[in-house]
Amino acid sequence: MTFNELTVLLPFLILAITAVLTLLSIAFNRQHILAAGLTWIGLVFAGLTLLVETAVLPQQVTPLLIVDGLARFYLGLILAAALAVAVLAFNYLSKQAEQREEFYVLLLLATLGAMILVASSHFAAFFLGLELLSVSLVGLIAYLRARPFTLAAGFKYLVLAAVSVSFTLFGIALIYASQGTLAFAELDYAQLGADALSLTGLAFLIIGVGFKLALVPFHMWVPDVYDGAPAPVTAFVATVSKTAVFAFLLRFFNPISLQESPALLWAFALIAIASMFGGNWLALRERNVKRILAYSSIAHLGYLLVAFLASGAAAVAAATFYLTAYVITTLGAFGVVGLLSGPESDANGQADFHGLFWRRPWLAAVMTTALFSLAGIPLTAGFVGKFFVLAASVGALSWLLPLALVVSSAIGLYYYLNLIVTMFREPQTDQLAAAPAPTLSVTGSLVLAALLLLVVWFGVYPAPLLRMIQTAVAGLS
Amino acid sequence: MILFWIIIGLTAGGLLAWLAGRWSKMWPRWISLGTLALHLLVLLWLWASTKPNLQTPIATASGNPWLLEISIPWIPQLGIQFHLALDGLSLILLLLINILGIMAVAASWRSIQARVGFFHFNLLWILAALTGVFLAVDLFLFYFFWEMMLVPLYFLIGIWGHENRIYATLKFFLFTQAGGLLMLLAILGLYVIHGQTTGVYTFDYQALLHTALSPGTAVLLMLGFFAAFAVKLPVVPVHTWLPDAHTEAPTAGSVDLAGLVLKVGAYGMMRFLIPLFPTASLNFAPIAMVLAVIGILYGALLAFAQTDLKRLVAYTSISHMGFVMLGIFAWNSLALQGAIMVMVAHGLSTGALFILVGDLYDRLGTRDLNQMGGLWETAPRMGRIGLILALASLGLPGLANFVGEFLVLLGSYQVNRPLTVLATLGFILASLYSLWMLQRIFTGPNKQERQMADTTPRELAIFTALIALLLLLGLYPRPVLDTTQTAVQNLQQFTTVTTTTTSASVSEVETRDWRLGIGDWRPETGERTTPAYPITPSLAHPITPSAQGGKPDDF
Repeated sequence: MTFNELTVLLPFLILAITAVLTLLSIAFNRQHILAAGLTWIGLVFAGLTLLVETAVLPQQVTPLLIVDGLARFYLGLILAAALAVAVLAFNYLSKQAEQREEFYVLLLLATLGAMILVASSHFAAFFLGLELLSVSLVGLIAYLRARPFTLAAGFKYLVLAAVSVSFTLFGIALIYASQGTLAFAELDYAQLGADALSLTGLAFLIIGVGFKLALVPFHMWVPDVYDGAPAPVTAFVATVSKTAVFAFLLRFFNPISLQESPALLWAFALIAIASMFGGNWLALRERNVKRILAYSSIAHLGYLLVAFLASGAAAVAAATFYLTAYVITTLGAFGVVGLLSGPESDANGQADFHGLFWRRPWLAAVMTTALFSLAGIPLTAGFVGKFFVLAASVGALSWLLPLALVVSSAIGLYYYLNLIVTMFREPQTDQLAAAPAPTLSVTGSLVLAALLLLVVWFGVYPAPLLRMIQTAVAGLS
Repeated sequence: MILFWIIIGLTAGGLLAWLAGRWSKMWPRWISLGTLALHLLVLLWLWASTKPNLQTPIATASGNPWLLEISIPWIPQLGIQFHLALDGLSLILLLLINILGIMAVAASWRSIQARVGFFHFNLLWILAALTGVFLAVDLFLFYFFWEMMLVPLYFLIGIWGHENRIYATLKFFLFTQAGGLLMLLAILGLYVIHGQTTGVYTFDYQALLHTALSPGTAVLLMLGFFAAFAVKLPVVPVHTWLPDAHTEAPTAGSVDLAGLVLKVGAYGMMRFLIPLFPTASLNFAPIAMVLAVIGILYGALLAFAQTDLKRLVAYTSISHMGFVMLGIFAWNSLALQGAIMVMVAHGLSTGALFILVGDLYDRLGTRDLNQMGGLWETAPRMGRIGLILALASLGLPGLANFVGEFLVLLGSYQVNRPLTVLATLGFILASLYSLWMLQRIFTGPNKQERQMADTTPRELAIFTALIALLLLLGLYPRPVLDTTQTAVQNLQQFTTVTTTTTSASVSEVETRDWRLGIGDWRPETGERTTPAYPITPSLAHPITPSAQGGKPDDF
């Protein structure tokens, strides 16, 4: 193991060590702030080591992992998102009486799994990362096991994740049978898109990926799991796990020119259209806020797939920008839900949001901005992201996909606006008379403030981020 | 840079007003008024210093289409710049924004009591976004400000509006956003095609003006833009958001909506739709003019049938904006200047009407015409004001509306006689609804024996200012016409089609002005120009592509 390889592996090592240290700290001195603090420090350190690596990229570490510009950007995104979740979780869990510290161990392990996924260049690493992520997530989702609905959500995720992973494994096996190798670099991509055995394997692989990304025929777990899980965990599932799998998708499918493989193109196009329309359509009837956000995230992954389909450097940059905007926004939205939640249940009903702007203006402002960003209104990062995605796809694809994106965005506006209107209605008198809301924690407010600032900053001045992304993905093709 | 500061000044004023609202209800009002007064001074100074009436048209060698310009690179990777530019047309519309903004603030001085700071924040941000729309010459920036205009208006109607406000504001937002998204697709299509044919990917207006497009693509892209502008204008099939939005909005919201937001659709047609796709628009013009006439007549008839006063005035807006669209698609200098004049006059007169309606509602608590009647005796000043505004609305000579509508009809007569005759019926119908409205409110028996307070000094000041402007422009429209003349000429120049005809030995370049019309009369020289092709007063396609070989006539 050369020095360069070790340097590049530092984020992973630091995260693993932090997980062990946190576990030990629970054994010796069980304190919430200690476990949380160790987690935060570990995540920050891992993120800082990413900054050191520039000269040595791209660096293959064992046949399993590769850290290049794309991996570095996504690793940074995942670590930042995990840090935000860890801070929000600290605030959320403080209201719980349960054993709280193990949460952070699971969080660190899930993040580690996500990171391995991002850097994988071999199917073994892909599977390792996927499983580490999934199993940790099962624990995280079902964490507040006193609530029956949460427990049910955890079981649902366990069963469905196991099913989808078995499909994935079978797909990998079929690809191995037809290609004879598990390393991405050694795959014959021309044959992969043409040979019947490989195509079947790819199809099964897409099933697994589609489950994790919550795309339409594989989305049935999303509303229940997002609703049942504790709000910070929902934020993690909606952001980090999707980011990791999407990074894998970008890396793996990059050498396949999708335009030349009509079967794959059609498969992804149909999934994208179904997700965009299905996600928005299903959200129209919903009243539960977490479920609305869950269905809207299905639609957003559909939009992201449109960018992915366009392929080419511009499209990869557009997709990455959109994903970044989506991650920041979703963290903000679920963060608000988490901060509003009480010890017994999450704040997911319309009553919790009614007249929020007049009761808790700060939280309502963050939520409103997040919803505008999800809807694609200017001055927010979501608008710029959607614009980039459209710009990348209009020239490269048939008119059907951008048109579908535009039409489903218009449909999606309806429920976002309804939620915003609910927040701006006059509060009912009994709400005002009720006990005044507890003061917001400093850490929670800081995280939300940072997220709000980023959403508006990237909406008004996206050029630096875009430049960073473009240099990161330049090495990919 | 001044253009940039105009927009920033309004947004900063809005933020300041919001902050000030935490301490007092009066401070936001004064801050808004102060910001707008400062803004007015800047605009008047701009008018005096840039001298738009002396601008050289771009047809001559030294002509520059813009009086003032600023361009800052924004997202260079995509060819997006923060590019603002001022010409005579934008300047007049900016002045309209300012005047109506001041009137809106003044009109809501007493009637808005809840969350005053946030109200004025929204009001000023609508004006800032509108300023951006009228100044932007980068298509991405235009779309950005177009969308930014929607959100504060959505809040304005949704929070301070009347009973059915949630439905109205949702409908308004969804309609406008749907149209806007289609326009976004068209913008991107134009951007991509331009990039693929010339290798330069840019959103800049002037660069995109002469993109080579196949006829089919041009029609599709033109329809995408038209969708957005048609919803805003509004054009008859997609106008249904307007009566609800106007009725449920608070007074300031209605003034802004009618006076300014509707003009955005017309401005978009003039600045973007027709110059970017001249041939497709030419082919579409007969349909557009028919839709415009339908709007004039339908809006007027429906206005006549209303019992809700605000809804009545809303339908008159549809009718007046029909004249604007008629003038725009006639596309000769008379009609275009008439359209601009109608925009200004309609903004002033309908804004004043909405303020009058708001004042009546504040006093009576109802907008139902059946409940009113004979109010002249208790409030004679208000009656007199109502009379003058009704006369303005019906197009009485001497007031600005007449000047505009007359010019539009004069211009469109040269292009399409039957439609012009039908449009003139609009005058008669306008008289019908205006006088009917006046009669229902102010004359007749005072059945409920209502006693109503007459106009307060503040209200009198608002109406005096607006009526004075209407009279001034009605008797002496030269300031507006001179300011916009070169801008209009430049717009026509943008649609010039250049063809090269090659005969056996001689090749000549023949430049035709699109839609010059039969005998376009230049008042300064008194000469008539004859067009290079015959104009038949029918819906047939009048331009025949010239000859063999050479550059294609069509894009």
